[in-house]
Amino acid sequence: MRKQLEGSQAVAQAVARCRPEVVCAYPITPQTHIVEALSRLALSGELERCEVVNVESEFAAMSVAIGASATGARAYTATASQGLLFMAEVLFNASGLGLPIVMTCANRAVGSPINIWNDHSDSMAMRDCGWIQLYASDNQEAVDLHIQAFRIAEALSTPVMVCMDGFVLTHAFEPLDVPSQEQVDGFLPGYEPRQVLDPDDPMTIGAMVGPEAFTEVRYLAHAKQIEALDFIPQVAEEFRERFGRASGGLLDSYRSEGAETVVVALGSVLGTLAEVVDELRDQGVAVGAVALKAFRPFPLEELRGVLGGAQRVIVLERALAVGIGGIVSSDVRTALAGLSVEAHTVIAGLGGRAITRRSLHALLAQALAGQLPELHFLDLRTDVIERELERTRDGGRPGPHAESILRDLRIVASGPV
Amino acid sequence: MFSVRIHGRGGQGVVTAAELLAHAAFAVGLEAQAFPSFGSERMGAPVTAFCRTDDRPIRLREPIAEPDAVIVQDATLLHHVDVFGGLVADGYVLINSARDIGQLGLEELLERHQPSRIVTVPASEIARSHTGRPIPNAALLGALAALCGLVSLDGLGEAIEQRFGATAAAGNSAAARECFELVRSGRPLSETAHA
Repeated sequence: MRKQLEGSQAVAQAVARCRPEVVCAYPITPQTHIVEALSRLALSGELERCEVVNVESEFAAMSVAIGASATGARAYTATASQGLLFMAEVLFNASGLGLPIVMTCANRAVGSPINIWNDHSDSMAMRDCGWIQLYASDNQEAVDLHIQAFRIAEALSTPVMVCMDGFVLTHAFEPLDVPSQEQVDGFLPGYEPRQVLDPDDPMTIGAMVGPEAFTEVRYLAHAKQIEALDFIPQVAEEFRERFGRASGGLLDSYRSEGAETVVVALGSVLGTLAEVVDELRDQGVAVGAVALKAFRPFPLEELRGVLGGAQRVIVLERALAVGIGGIVSSDVRTALAGLSVEAHTVIAGLGGRAITRRSLHALLAQALAGQLPELHFLDLRTDVIERELERTRDGGRPGPHAESILRDLRIVASGPV
Repeated sequence: MFSVRIHGRGGQGVVTAAELLAHAAFAVGLEAQAFPSFGSERMGAPVTAFCRTDDRPIRLREPIAEPDAVIVQDATLLHHVDVFGGLVADGYVLINSARDIGQLGLEELLERHQPSRIVTVPASEIARSHTGRPIPNAALLGALAALCGLVSLDGLGEAIEQRFGATAAAGNSAAARECFELVRSGRPLSETAHA
């Protein structure tokens, strides 16, 4: 039954219905509402047989999740931004050990400059940590992906990160259906660990592996993610059959059939993008959109299938790889190798800057006119950049850009002076 | 689609107002989406929250740039933040103030928009009289219900009840009802008890 709920509350309820046995987390904006809600559910007894552990850092959160998972407990945590980076080395351990932990990343920019708002810098920085990464286009999908994530993680014995846009989704209220306990129980069986630390049956997990076998162990991790390319759509299909709605999968194509220009994106921008696609299609412009739902593993063949007929592909990215530009684009270009499809990278929505219909229309008009460069920054304020470069041109000790630009724009504490 | 933008300051329940409005709209069968635009997360800082309603699922995720209605919870923002930016020509304006539009220096607003849709309500005083606290959010939503009929007073009451404890809910519902009746009566502010 649909109820008007905040994205974070709905995700917390969905996670609770997955019956986690250990929830360990350290609070960080904009993830906080999720773990606060889970703590309350555990306190009220609605979430039974679950230990909520207040840890002293994100490094500890993931370490506790590893310990819990290795002893056969279903473990969950959530983080964002700096928090995700603080658990970086432990993330590699969780995946390397093959422990099916599920984590929410409430996507937020990474400092410096410090910024609490949404973009994908955090999860993209951790794209190669060995976790499966799923991206939610809206809050209903965020709810559904968490339920699917435990299935995928435990079937393949590999951790899954569910990425949902901070604030844009976590703090948005909308009508959402959180599946009932019976529905979730019917979809998600109890956790049957592939490896357990048990005093009655002692074993070692986490051996040191030298050059003689390191490559083989790593290869198997890769092979497992490639296996996930088949398994993720199966889980999405079973979910659709049981719950009556489509959520998850590898990718979702929106009116891209016969489209000359296709925009590829991840996360909550897909909603606004779908509106723009509809408006342009009504005007007879052949545009479409593709939502990447799984970024790791990357669905090379499936993407090539939906993009191969296009003349132009625009990859809209909410993160910047300084020194090259796009992150997702590199993988999309790999998918397009050998095809005569023109590819563009557009960096958009960094640090909470809204991606608007107006900006997307302008972007597509520029692309259709053949004037979009290979790398473009959406809504970049070039006047600000020029003034700052001019100011620092004289040499000497010009000081930091961030403070100088805020002075130039007369902004204090994120508001006008 | 109907879009409402709510301006106020941290601590005035601006985000809660958008949430209540979305809940009340959902209660009458509409699709509704509410979301905040957080600034520096401190008491007193300008805060904006948004609510969209529609009879079909809402996919749009951008901030509301062209609102059908604007609620100003704190009149000290009037000459500080562009609260009326993008307001549609036949849009609604609701300002929390014991003064009228002329006294607030907003005659220009009456020229650009339909005067009958521009209203001030002493919502902080009304809220204080019912709840003991000058938090005007629920009271203003009562006024909005009367002004544009987007939500019903009953739907609003349901939203308030699910959000607050019994005592606070009763006070806020009463404040919403008083503002609703005040706006529906069309009485000028000078004739109201709270002016």
